[in-house]
Amino acid sequence: MKRRFLAYPYFIWMIIFIVVPLILVLFYSLTISTENGFVFTLDNFKTFLQPIYLKVLWRSLSLAGISTLICLILGYPTALILASRQMSKKSFLMFLFVLPMWMNFLLRTYAWLTLLEKNGFINTILSFFGIEPIQLLYNDGAVILGMVYNFLPFMVLPIYSVLKKINHSVIEAAEDLGANQYIVFRKVIFPLSLPGVFSGISMVFMPAVTTFVISRLLGGGQYMLIGNLIERQFTSVYDWHFGSAVSIIMMIIILISMGVMSKYDNQQEGGGLW
Amino acid sequence: MVRNAINRLYLFIIFLFLYAPIIVLIIFSFNDSKSRSHWNGFTLKWYIELFQDPIIKKALFYTITIAILSSLIATVVGTIAAIGIHNMNDWKKTVILNINYLPILNPDIVTGVSLMILFIFARIRLGFLTMLLSHIVFNIPYVILSVLPKLRQLNKHLYEAALDLGATPVYAFFKVMLPELMPGIITGALLAFTLSVDDFVISFFNTSSGVTNLSITIFSMARIGINPKINALSTLMFLTVLILLFIVNIRTSKDIKEEKL
Repeated sequence: MKRRFLAYPYFIWMIIFIVVPLILVLFYSLTISTENGFVFTLDNFKTFLQPIYLKVLWRSLSLAGISTLICLILGYPTALILASRQMSKKSFLMFLFVLPMWMNFLLRTYAWLTLLEKNGFINTILSFFGIEPIQLLYNDGAVILGMVYNFLPFMVLPIYSVLKKINHSVIEAAEDLGANQYIVFRKVIFPLSLPGVFSGISMVFMPAVTTFVISRLLGGGQYMLIGNLIERQFTSVYDWHFGSAVSIIMMIIILISMGVMSKYDNQQEGGGLW
Repeated sequence: MVRNAINRLYLFIIFLFLYAPIIVLIIFSFNDSKSRSHWNGFTLKWYIELFQDPIIKKALFYTITIAILSSLIATVVGTIAAIGIHNMNDWKKTVILNINYLPILNPDIVTGVSLMILFIFARIRLGFLTMLLSHIVFNIPYVILSVLPKLRQLNKHLYEAALDLGATPVYAFFKVMLPELMPGIITGALLAFTLSVDDFVISFFNTSSGVTNLSITIFSMARIGINPKINALSTLMFLTVLILLFIVNIRTSKDIKEEKL
């Protein structure tokens, strides 16, 4: 069959709209503009090594890490319960679980704004019990909450689908051999669910590291994550060169974390870039 | 027994966490005051204001137009490209598929920024066209990835048999191949449509102030502060999603039942 040529238009499209833009980002990150045009330099990356920017990077990584951990702690039991055999109406519960995910991401984040505000819902309830209003918004906690709320399903779904596929006779065999429930979980169920756990971790960690919406809305205008840093370079500071350098750094972080995760996750069929 | 009760309680708390913000939003969309904490009586005025807001109406128009156009174009281009890729030899296929993965793996913000640099570099004014192009860029890879598995399942002798029986290649494509690929194409198209409707980050960088979609409008409204019109909008969008998902669910469960018969 000679229908290969059908892919050539898309190949050209990919070069124009996927490869060239990334090369442009790389180009901008390695240059600065002077009066005599662009000059190649590593200055943009050196700028990033200043303490203020390293602090932004550290904050992004740690907040994403904490959120991923909380998602794992909350999400694993959820997946376990949803996948357990005793649970009736499983498909309805799963439907309910994914439903909020279909709502616009910004509206979900906005919803927390109304709850956490100074005279918002939670503070009103607190004042009912005579507690002074507390500042719930515009701090690390609010941003972590927003991340956990938005990305929790990304942790639960992969774990759930792996747990559901576990052959029940393996569990029965372990029980026949005298293992109690705790040992069955520790020695059989948990190890078998690890591929789901790893893909859950990367599915939560990556959007959490790169977000600028959650930090902007729940962290306030001055709050800086690496995503906000990039956004600001392109929309208000107009330093494309530095913005591109930060984008390249973000890409590298994502590639490293994907590489690490796929190393642990090699039971699954290989595919894609890594 | 006790364990079961604990499990149910735990699930209940998780579901409460997921739904409480949405329910509060919905309730306060009917509140007859700008306050988000005190109930002042039932009203529909935010809904009326919402429908009279020219910015939101325009944003809704652009969201749907771009979603339809970009998913249609991406589906056609993606399906054709998938057929071509499927027939390629190994190393070329690997190269194309790996480039195809880039927009999926790359953070949205990097894709958005890189396209913005491209458009400005090529002196294309940011606006409707650039937003549409950027949506097509991130939609095509998903269409290709949904069509390719169907191509692998396809029995290639069917197509050849059609040719042997005198069908022209075009006729054979539409009568034999396309119906077999349809499930994958529809999945890809729906995926592309929802991704386009939901997109914020890539649109944010690739449009000017004149052309915005709903996500960008919500972002700029929420950045200023709370606005009960957004609550009304949330309620309507939640209901739309609920109804759509119900229809899809009923249809698929009907399909499963029919298959069982």
